[in-house]
Amino acid sequence: MARFIGRRLIYLLPVLLAVTLLTFLIASLLPGDLAVTILGDQATPEKVAALRAQMGLDLPLWQRYLLWLWDVLHGDLGRSFRTGETVLAAVSDRLPVSLELMVLAEVTALLIAIPLAILCAVKNGSATDRFLTGLAFGKLSLPPFMVAILLIYLFAVSLNLLPATGWVPLAEDPIANIRSFVLPALTLAIAEWPVLMRVLRSDMIATLQEDYIAMAKAKGLRPSRILLVHALKPSSLTLVTVTGINIGRLIGGTVIVESIFALPGIGRLLVGAIYARDFIILQGAVLFVAVGFVVVNFIVDMLYAVLDPRIRHGRA
Amino acid sequence: MSAAPILSIQGVSVTLPTPRGLLRAVDGVDLTLPAGRTLGVVGESGCGKTMLSRAILQLLPKRAALKGRVMFDGRDLASLPAEELRRLRGPELAVVFQDPMTSLNPVLTIGTQIIETLQAHLGLDAANATRRAIELLAEVGIPAPAQRLRQYPHQLSGGMRQRVAIAIALSCEPKLLIADEPTTALDVTVQAQILDLLAREQQRRHMAMILITHDLGVVAGRTDEVAVMYAGRVVERAPTPRLFRHMRMPYTEALLAAIPKLDSAPHTPLPAIGGRPPDPTRPLPGCSFAPRCKYADSVCGHTKPTLEDPEGAGALFACWHPLT
Amino acid sequence: MAVRDGAAFDVGVDTSAVAPVRRRRVGGLFIASLIWIALVALGAIFADLLPIPSPTDMDMLGKRALPSAEHWLGNDVLGRDVFSRLIYGGRISLTVGLLAPVLGVTIGGALGLLAGYFRGRLETFITGGVDVLLAFPPLVFALAVTAYLGQSIANITLVIGVLGIPAFTRVARAVTLSLSEREFVTAARALGATHSRIILRELLPNVALPLVAFFLLGVAVTIVVEGALSFLGLGVPPPAPSWGSMIGEGRESLDIAPWLAFLPALFMFLTVLAFNVVGDTLRALTDPRPGAL
Repeated sequence: MARFIGRRLIYLLPVLLAVTLLTFLIASLLPGDLAVTILGDQATPEKVAALRAQMGLDLPLWQRYLLWLWDVLHGDLGRSFRTGETVLAAVSDRLPVSLELMVLAEVTALLIAIPLAILCAVKNGSATDRFLTGLAFGKLSLPPFMVAILLIYLFAVSLNLLPATGWVPLAEDPIANIRSFVLPALTLAIAEWPVLMRVLRSDMIATLQEDYIAMAKAKGLRPSRILLVHALKPSSLTLVTVTGINIGRLIGGTVIVESIFALPGIGRLLVGAIYARDFIILQGAVLFVAVGFVVVNFIVDMLYAVLDPRIRHGRA
Repeated sequence: MSAAPILSIQGVSVTLPTPRGLLRAVDGVDLTLPAGRTLGVVGESGCGKTMLSRAILQLLPKRAALKGRVMFDGRDLASLPAEELRRLRGPELAVVFQDPMTSLNPVLTIGTQIIETLQAHLGLDAANATRRAIELLAEVGIPAPAQRLRQYPHQLSGGMRQRVAIAIALSCEPKLLIADEPTTALDVTVQAQILDLLAREQQRRHMAMILITHDLGVVAGRTDEVAVMYAGRVVERAPTPRLFRHMRMPYTEALLAAIPKLDSAPHTPLPAIGGRPPDPTRPLPGCSFAPRCKYADSVCGHTKPTLEDPEGAGALFACWHPLT
Repeated sequence: MAVRDGAAFDVGVDTSAVAPVRRRRVGGLFIASLIWIALVALGAIFADLLPIPSPTDMDMLGKRALPSAEHWLGNDVLGRDVFSRLIYGGRISLTVGLLAPVLGVTIGGALGLLAGYFRGRLETFITGGVDVLLAFPPLVFALAVTAYLGQSIANITLVIGVLGIPAFTRVARAVTLSLSEREFVTAARALGATHSRIILRELLPNVALPLVAFFLLGVAVTIVVEGALSFLGLGVPPPAPSWGSMIGEGRESLDIAPWLAFLPALFMFLTVLAFNVVGDTLRALTDPRPGAL
């Protein structure tokens, strides 16, 4: 097991490095002078030159990358020129909000997808199955921002049940906090459940045809046990994988949803930085998100091994 | 000693719709099995023996249609409600499938798979169930049973896995055990051990057993009665010693001849049965074996022989020209 | 005990147990999708010829106006004709939607073909590079690059196109790998064909079909991504109409004029759905493995 993790870790490091390089390169795409942009209308030739020297903008690209990377590894992701806040502080303040949203969204999506997938697999080929599968397919064409508009219209504007924007910290008022997450999490969950359901359904259909399911029936086990233990566990592997792969879409969706619902998470920080043209914050936030994405996928790989003992013991 | 039969199959037919037509996997089979006795069911692949076992267990594929009655202990299994059937399985009726690599769940431990059966039917608590599971594993000859509980199926050898499957099947003391080709997927060296294990347990527990196989040699000496199936029907049925000493069906004779014998000269070619079984979606008007039978004549091609016992000796066969 | 003769049996077995319907229920849906796409495309191409007002003309007195003879679907919050903006928005969505995947399929397809054909270090290099791109959450990538490069239709098309490269590379490589094993490639090589000849004459035609299916799916995804960016105001720069930005602007008026957001949303949904249906149908036809649907 340790060897398995070790092997994967070795693969992880170059990817992380490449991601930092890519982030840096994107940031260097800015046409024009970064110093001029930062100084804005206060830009004078002397100030620009001074800022350039201070930020090391005159150095060759690769040197700037290494210096930046060095800073990053020491926890210095830069400081916003507008607000004076360090990127690290800005990100760590907002991380819990984003995490709460993502967790709530994914859990809700699973709560929708798993029962539906089991239902479809058991009733494979029936009208119920075809209807739900068609619904899932159609739903894939409704991206999160559209679902958000629909939900806002339904719950906030028409029924006035839930807040369309605004956020209260968990510590301050748990109920209000959860209320502020209902629409955002539901938005993401509605956008994501079809992907999860489709994969789990086809996996379960295959699993239900296996001999060991016939054996479980022959042993006289309860149907609920057969479905939830014997059938779901082998299929859960695929579910974990697809949930993990989904994190990418989820992160993208979080960016949109946080902006729509005004949740103070990292996504909103990122978009806000773009609106304000605060490129230091932007670069730091992008790096953070990208690295987080890689790490989460790595963890998903590890979970893979936990669920399938055959992989853990070295056999496929 | 005529005990009431534990199993009585009456006119059972299994049909499956396929793109090529309606497939008759089992075509009107009658069998009885007294309690505590062993019945061997022998036939080539595709003769319907596995479908028959699925019909008894009520584990047919969704699209299959069952006709006839399967009377187990006086109750027709085909008409039992699902929950009652579920309660029967394990404590009264158990099965060992052919390939333990696929019949055991690969992501659950051996322990889980035994204990869940014990808990489902015998209501044992975890500690007692664990103890009983260890006992069962020891009974079927698995060394270090306590460690095995935590292991997964892929960590055991083929023979061990089948022993586990047998332990699971025996765990609730069933009245009838169906063993569907229990040794076909195993190494030759292990086959005899598993068969001996089954025979021993059957004797010990006075359990009725159906041993399904394609190898006539497997049933010799291990069964009380043998039924030979061909193309979905029983073509010969007799007490085992009588079948081997005095078989009547040419098909049975051919099956026996196909078994390699220890005392034949080296490099003796095995007389394989020429031809192939009939297409189950296109049943023949006459005897199904006629195209491959060396004694066949025009009668055989035209009219289906019925399974009868003209001598009243408890030995039935369906043939117009039985061997003498 | 005699066995009843099989022929005397009632073979009228329950015919409800028929093989499950394998035909996909998208026959009519497929046609409808094609029709919708054609309509949007025609609108986009001939927009200038249609008797509709300009999409950017603002009628300050007619803000959020209801449908009239002059403005068939009314006006938006800045007094611009909604129907016209929908048509011209379709032009933008289709332009970006078609061009970006073209970029992805040509570069990605080529990379995948080369990786799958030549194997070795080239393959490792290409798949490694593609993996790095995949390691980046796509929307964040798009947001970041457009933020730095600047908002314009060209930049958006470029970014989304680049984001699509990994998917096409994977498909092309997978198909090439499976094809390379087949006899016709070995035969061609035995006849002394050059690499380029094999790639162009033997492999490319076979790889093209699955790529076309994925291309159509890519169009659907592109329209969504462009829509999301424009919704945030970070995609197609105003005042150019994009369905996404129309939805974003319509959000302000959800309480008094919800159709301002729902109409472009409906158009986008139908277009994306149409491309998904067509692309998925083609994928099911060209992909030997049974689809997850």
